[in-house]
Amino acid sequence: MELALSPDQKLFQESARGLLEQEYSLDRVRGMEGSELRWSRDWWRKGAELGWAAAVVPEELGGGSVSGEGVRDLAVLAEELGAGVAPGPVLPVNVVLAGLVAAHGRGPDHGERIEALVAGETIATWAVYEPGREWTPADPRLTAAPADGGYVLDGVKDRVQDAGQADLLLVTAKTPDGVAQFLVPAAAAGVTISEQWTVDLSRSFGEVRFDGVRVDAGALVGAPGADEIIERQLQIALVVQCAEVCAVLDRAFAMTTRWAFDRYSFGRPLASYQALKHRFADMRTWLEACHATTQAAAAAVQAEAPDAAELASVAKSFVGERSLPILQDCVQIHGGIGVTWEHDLHLFLRRAVLDQALYGTPEDHRLRLADLASL
Amino acid sequence: MTDSTMESVESFRARARAWLAENMPPRDGSLPPLVEDDAHEWERARELQKILYAGGFAGICFPREYGGLGLTFAHQQAFTEESDPYEMPLLLNMPTFAICAPTLLDMGNEEQKRERIGAAIRGEEVLCQFLSEPSGGSDLAGLITRADRDGDGWVLNGAKTWSTSAYAADWGLCLARTDWDVPKHRGLTMFLVPTKAPGVTMNRIRMVNGVREFCEEFFDDVVLPASAVVGEVGGGWTVASSQLFHERNAMGGGSPYISGRGEARTMPRVNPLNVAAASGRSDDPRVREMLGEYLTLMRVHEQTAERVTRALETGVLPPAAASMLRLLHAEATQRGDDLALRIAGANAATGTGPSEGVGGRTAIGYLMRQGGSLGGGSTEMSRNMISERLLGMPREAAPDRDVPFKQVKRGR
Repeated sequence: MELALSPDQKLFQESARGLLEQEYSLDRVRGMEGSELRWSRDWWRKGAELGWAAAVVPEELGGGSVSGEGVRDLAVLAEELGAGVAPGPVLPVNVVLAGLVAAHGRGPDHGERIEALVAGETIATWAVYEPGREWTPADPRLTAAPADGGYVLDGVKDRVQDAGQADLLLVTAKTPDGVAQFLVPAAAAGVTISEQWTVDLSRSFGEVRFDGVRVDAGALVGAPGADEIIERQLQIALVVQCAEVCAVLDRAFAMTTRWAFDRYSFGRPLASYQALKHRFADMRTWLEACHATTQAAAAAVQAEAPDAAELASVAKSFVGERSLPILQDCVQIHGGIGVTWEHDLHLFLRRAVLDQALYGTPEDHRLRLADLASL
Repeated sequence: MTDSTMESVESFRARARAWLAENMPPRDGSLPPLVEDDAHEWERARELQKILYAGGFAGICFPREYGGLGLTFAHQQAFTEESDPYEMPLLLNMPTFAICAPTLLDMGNEEQKRERIGAAIRGEEVLCQFLSEPSGGSDLAGLITRADRDGDGWVLNGAKTWSTSAYAADWGLCLARTDWDVPKHRGLTMFLVPTKAPGVTMNRIRMVNGVREFCEEFFDDVVLPASAVVGEVGGGWTVASSQLFHERNAMGGGSPYISGRGEARTMPRVNPLNVAAASGRSDDPRVREMLGEYLTLMRVHEQTAERVTRALETGVLPPAAASMLRLLHAEATQRGDDLALRIAGANAATGTGPSEGVGGRTAIGYLMRQGGSLGGGSTEMSRNMISERLLGMPREAAPDRDVPFKQVKRGR
C-alpha cells in the first residue's frame, strides 16, 4: 500500500472494490470448481470502464491513469484483487498492453488492438511458459519460421492465464533473428487450447498448442531481438503479483490478529501470550517490508528507472519468499480450523503459492539479481 | 535559527572546501588490522578536532555561546559532503557529539553546557555514557547503582557495563538510583562523572571478535559535587530518554551534530559480496543465489527504513513503529553473516598461513552474529514494543510497575 493515496486513487480503489465485492464474495470464490468460467466478459467490460485496462496505456493511445502514474495505479488495483482473491485477467491484459505500448512505433501498428483491449472488448494474454520448463522467457523453444512474408509458429505454451477466454495470445517465439513476440488470434487455424489444473480456485490457465500456425508480418510486436519489451512485460507482471500478495498478506494478517484477540485459552486471549506476540511482531515487520519493496518497485517501473529491473526482482524475491511463511504462521495460529476448506485462509494461501511460482520464482530472481549486479 | 547575518550554505560550503583542501589530511581508505591498541587513534581524533576548531569548522550546529557555530543542519550536511575525501575525527561522533553533548544541551545547566560542550568541540575532552549494568540489560530503569547524599554532594557506588569507548573518555553521563522509595523510573538521577575520579575502576571488555571497544566500570565511594547532577534530582529518566532519542536519531541519519561520514575503526566486516569475490566462488550458482538473497535483503532494509521514517514523520505510524526497523536491521545483518559463512565454505575453518584471511574474518564475524540482535536493546524488547504498542496486544506482566523500587524482587 502507498502511505497516502490521492483522492483520485481512492476513488479508483473504491470503485474497483465495489465491483469486486458485488460479484465475488469469498464464499463464491470458495465454490469455484472444475471448468466453470471464473469471470464473464460483461463483468470485465465493467472493469474496463473503471480503467482496469487503461493504466499503462498513454492517453494518445486511448488509455490513461487516474494519478498520471499508471503503474502505481495498477498496483492499487492489484491490491484490491488480492484482498478479494478475485478472478479476472488484470495481470495478462495489462502485461500484453505494456508490451504493445513499449513496442509502439517500433514495428507493425497495433493501435486498434490496444484500443479494443483498453475498452475491455478484447481479451489478451501472454503465452510465455513452455511445458516442463522453468522461467526462461529469453529462450523459447516454440519456433517462428519466416515464410511467404509472414511466419509459421510451431510449439507448445502452457501456464497461459485465462487462455480459454482470450481473443489474442502474445506468444514468445524463437526466430532466426532472435526472440520475437507475435500477437496471434486464439481462433487462428492450428491453435488448440486445453484447460490446465491450477492451485488457485479463482484463476484459470490453459495449454496452447501451435501446429503450423500462419501469421502475417503484421502480427509481430516490435522487432525480433527486442528483449527490452519482454523485460517491460515482466516488470509489470511482477508489480501486479507483489501488490496482490501484499494485500493477501494484509488480509490474512488482519484475520489472524482479530482471531488472537477473540480466541481465549486458559482464560486469556491468544494475543496475551508472548510466544505468539513475538511472531505477530515479526509478521507485522515483514508485512511493512513487503509493502516498502513493492512500492519501490512500482515507482521504479513507472519511471522506467535504470534500476527498475533490479527493484522488480528485489520485490519478487522478497515478497514471494516471505509471503509463504507468514501465511503458514497465520494458519498455525488459527489451529486446526486453518487447514479446513470452510476457512478463508487457504484461498489466500493458494493465491500466494501461485504468485510466488509464476514469472520467476524467488530463487530465479535472486540469480537474476546477481547477474544484474554483474557479480 | 536563521538570522540575516547567517552565512549562506553555499558560501559556507565553498569556504569549507577550500579550507579542507588546505588543512585536512586525505582519508586513509585501507582496512585497519583486526586487533590493535587504538590509543593513538584517539590521540589522532583529538588532534583532528583541534584542527577543525582552529579553522572555525567545529561544532557546526552547536550554539555559539557553548563554543559552536550556531549554524543549521544544512550547513552541517554541506560540510559532511565536502569533508568526505578527508580524514575526520569520526571517533568523536559517537557518543560524544551525537548523544552526550546534545543531551547536555537539552538538560544540562549553564556551566555544564559551557564547559563540557565547549571542551568537546575544542578537541580537549571526550564524553561517554554509563547506563547499562551487569545486573540487567533490557530493563535499564531497573538499575541498582546508587548515589547517596553526603552533605551537599553525593557518593556513588555500583557497577556499569557496555559503555562504548569509555576508556578514551574524560567524562561519563552516569544514571544512578537516588530514591529507593518511589517506583523505578522516578528514583533516578543523572550525574556527570569524571572517568579518572578516585574510586572509578575501569576494564575493557574483550569481545569474541577481539574488539575491545566496550568497558565495564566499578564505582567505590566516588565523591561527586552537587554540580554533577544533570537535570533534576529524581529526573534521571528524562535525561536518559533524551540520550536514547539522540541515539536513535543518529542511527537513523537525522543527527545534526555528527560531522563527517562513515564509521570509525569498527571491525572491518566482511559481507557475502566480498567473501564471494575473495574466494573466487562468484560463478557457482549456489553462491550466486545467496548473493541475490543478500542484495535483496539489503535493498529491502533500505526501502523499509525509508518508508517507515516517512510514516513516522507524517504520523501515519506511531513512534513504536521504529522498532520494526531495529528488528529488520538485525535480521538483515544476521542473514548476511549466515550467507557469508556459507559462501566462505571450507575457507572459514583455517586462515591462509598464520593470518586469518577473508575466510577467517568471515568466521570471526560470524562469532559476533548475535551482536546484531543485542546491541542497542535486544530484539525481544523490539518484538514486545511492536506487539504491544503497534498492534495493541496486552502488555507483559510487570510486578515492578508502580511499586516502590526497594520492594521489587531482584536476582542475585
